[in-house]
Amino acid sequence: MNLTRRDTLLMALGGAVVAALPMPVFAAATEDQIAEFTGGVEPGTGGITLTAPEIAENGNTVPIEVDAPGAVSIIILAAGNPNPGVATFNFGPLAGSHVASTRIRLAGTQDVVAVAKMADGSFVQASQEVKVTIGGCGG
Amino acid sequence: MAENVRPRVRVPATVAAGETITIKTLISHNMESGQRKDGDGNVIPRSIINRFTCDFNGQNVIDVTLEPAISRNPFFEFQATISESGTFQFTWYDDDGSVYEEQKEIAVE
Repeated sequence: MNLTRRDTLLMALGGAVVAALPMPVFAAATEDQIAEFTGGVEPGTGGITLTAPEIAENGNTVPIEVDAPGAVSIIILAAGNPNPGVATFNFGPLAGSHVASTRIRLAGTQDVVAVAKMADGSFVQASQEVKVTIGGCGG
Repeated sequence: MAENVRPRVRVPATVAAGETITIKTLISHNMESGQRKDGDGNVIPRSIINRFTCDFNGQNVIDVTLEPAISRNPFFEFQATISESGTFQFTWYDDDGSVYEEQKEIAVE
């Protein structure tokens, strides 16, 4: 088989497309979950802080913290996990402040997304990329 | 029932009225995600704690829905505003139907 320069380029392009495919699929699942949570309302920004490490050596236990003053509930999503859902915090009347922290599993380097539902019914969103050295999904 | 499930909760013993306190909870649990496979390639079935709640004198403080992406030995830190002496009730709900409970007293000075 004779490989021309054009063929080689096409093959390389094909490889790149295949490699890029999984990410949009995961992202779509995350978007769906956000839409389900917000009822289709586009979340705004600001008023929510998501604290996560820039680099997590061990994807099995990544400490995160969300802070959204005035939030009724906060949903945490990991866009690159097999299932994007991580946790939903619903704050009751005695919640001192709308801060919660926990430890989560991340399959690989990805964006962690937090969406908060405010008392007035609006939604805000924050996200942070976490680089994961060893993924936390097991064999 | 998952084995060796032991809840641990840290709450201050006393508090000034109206003060906000930080509560830390941890429960030993494997949180099997349903993604892992055993040596023969069979998927290990999911077995996690799917819900955690904290109430104070019957009023809700926080209600958390957990997914398999929560780490082994789920840890939570959150805050509560306390205006009277009373009892914290912490409850964890397992996939298999077990319920783990822990109570802590707190006194207002």
